[in-house]
Amino acid sequence: MRIIDATGPIDDLWPRIGAGEPLPEAGRALVERDRLGEALASGLELGLHLPPDTEPADIEPHFGRLAMISVGFPSFADGRGFSIGRSLRQRGFLGRLRASGPVIADQFAYLLECGFDEVAIPEEVARRQPPESWLSQSAAITFGYQRGIAGRGSILDQRRARHD
Amino acid sequence: MYRYDEFDAAFVAERTQQFRTQVKRRLAGELTEAEFKPLRLMNGVYLQLHAYMLRIAIPYGTLRPDQMRMLAHIAERWDRGYGHFTTRQNIQFNWPKLKDVPDILDALASVEMHAIQTSGNCIRNTTSDPYAGVAPEEIEDPRITAELIRQWSSLHPEFTFLGRKFKIAVTGSEHDRAAIKIHDIGIQIVRGPDGAPGYRVLVGGGLGRSPFIAKELRGFLPKADLLPYLEAALRVYNLHGRRDNKYKARIKILVHELGIEEYARQVEAEFARMDRAAVAAPAEEVARIAAYFALPELPARDTEADAAETRRMAAMEPEFAAWLEQNTAPHRVPGYRAVTVSLKPIGGAPGDATAEQMRVMADVAEHHSAGELRITHEQNVVLPHVAEGALFKVWRALRAEGLDTANKGLVTDIIACPGLDYCALATARSIPVAQDIANRFAEPRRQREIGPLSIKISGCINACGHHHVGHIGILGIDKAGVESYQITLGGDATETASLGDRTGPGFGYDEVPGVIERVVDTYIALREPGETFLAAYRRLGMAPFKEALYADH
Repeated sequence: MRIIDATGPIDDLWPRIGAGEPLPEAGRALVERDRLGEALASGLELGLHLPPDTEPADIEPHFGRLAMISVGFPSFADGRGFSIGRSLRQRGFLGRLRASGPVIADQFAYLLECGFDEVAIPEEVARRQPPESWLSQSAAITFGYQRGIAGRGSILDQRRARHD
Repeated sequence: MYRYDEFDAAFVAERTQQFRTQVKRRLAGELTEAEFKPLRLMNGVYLQLHAYMLRIAIPYGTLRPDQMRMLAHIAERWDRGYGHFTTRQNIQFNWPKLKDVPDILDALASVEMHAIQTSGNCIRNTTSDPYAGVAPEEIEDPRITAELIRQWSSLHPEFTFLGRKFKIAVTGSEHDRAAIKIHDIGIQIVRGPDGAPGYRVLVGGGLGRSPFIAKELRGFLPKADLLPYLEAALRVYNLHGRRDNKYKARIKILVHELGIEEYARQVEAEFARMDRAAVAAPAEEVARIAAYFALPELPARDTEADAAETRRMAAMEPEFAAWLEQNTAPHRVPGYRAVTVSLKPIGGAPGDATAEQMRVMADVAEHHSAGELRITHEQNVVLPHVAEGALFKVWRALRAEGLDTANKGLVTDIIACPGLDYCALATARSIPVAQDIANRFAEPRRQREIGPLSIKISGCINACGHHHVGHIGILGIDKAGVESYQITLGGDATETASLGDRTGPGFGYDEVPGVIERVVDTYIALREPGETFLAAYRRLGMAPFKEALYADH
């Protein structure tokens, strides 16, 4: 797995705890949804991995304890995660937001705009799609039309600024 | 008409450049075929039966003459000299080469056009009323709303990988010429309690293998709330729509399975919670777009002299008189008419136009229709602003290119999908069926005697020919290697929308024209004075038609 953010490749700071593995004594841990209760009771710096059928509202009560959320993308064509990311941000999540799965460089701009900070992609995708592609694709379209999203500016606001 | 500003132009140019890069990255192996497929689809490129097909967006069906001429140029330079206008008010070219597509997109961008989101699991071209801005009874030009939606839905970061395609239509009139009830979201401009225009929002309509008429989601939505409300509606769909089965992934299935009350509850909750002001278009932006759709300045005419001249020519030329009667509609400005150019010549392929025909339509629009053309979802072209005194000249110019067929809304004005002649999904032919039926009813007087009658033909259950909502619908399927055609009666795509009822077992390819003739003859025999086919069917029910079709089978 490789981690890429808007600056390029970065280290993975979030050890993911596999099923049946004990939680570490201290430090950071990225846990699955079914171990959230156990993890909340620990003193760990927490990341939470969410499957794509998650209801964003269910996670909101735990925002204060979560430093990072990872949203699962089972395939690049399954776009539920875009709405999950945007909903988490709109509900006030301020921590690190990761898209995990075989997403592609051509989706990087959309992910950033939906509030994601980074992607965690399988080696197979990373081998084909070098970091330069992720960076160039994220800058392919300078301004979009939508308002109320993160990242690049909105054409609608640019037009308004021009008239002011 | 809308004109690109520097932002629209830069957006489309960057998008074209991006696609050029994507083609290169596919060829270099950086993108797999599976990864490249949705990217090319979202740029309008399909892989069809014989070749690639490029579908070009014509937002809400509105075109300028220079744009129509560019389509003619593309047809000649990169295709086989013709194009096919579709039921989504788009045009598709059936024979381009993949390597030429980026050049074609550059050519389109030079006249403020693109192929963005004409395919793929995203928000498609927003369609509208071909008489927008012209119809006397209209509350407001629906293209202002449609253009706002075009911009908002273009490369929407959240909604570009939906479970399935998503189609939106807008009408500004009570009389629905945009088929809003068979769309994923249908929007009708209505007056609110204080008389100000707003929106009635419908959801969950659609055809395909599970046809549904849309249900009301919101009786009245203030105009300023349009984009946040659409975001809420799409977000609920994107999160909860089914992804386990491609055929159950449209929003109509979600709405059907949840029930409209529960779906509406979820949308309203999302809408109430979100930061609506951050998403909504600023009022200045709406005003900026609206200014482009102001009625063009139409020179004042001597309407009485014009009318007298038109009457005189009609008396001399019965074919002109028939065309005048059938293919022109009222305009809000006295002395003007909206002209329908039929792309349904007897024996032709419905919706096809040659490069030369496109140029003639462009010329006529430039000189006689305030520089405007509209593509209709019925696969015809409208010249929206023709002075009555120019009608004869327009008719003669159109006639020179075989564009004068006087059959708008009649039995030979048939909608047909490309079918087995082009389409990779088709299970049966549709264009030749349309041609055979048109030949059977070719006699103009007989067509006028029959009156308004829409026949719609699909070559597979995906229903691109909208057969469910044809007064007579024809669905071609493959039955053990043989084409079989199911007939439905009583479908309607307007404000009184209904899905057609099946007559019974299907018919063989060669039987179809005869079957349609028996249906029509049964109607003629049983109708009351002035009663249309649809009204007669609704009064009579299926029984007499069934009797006529199956009694001796």
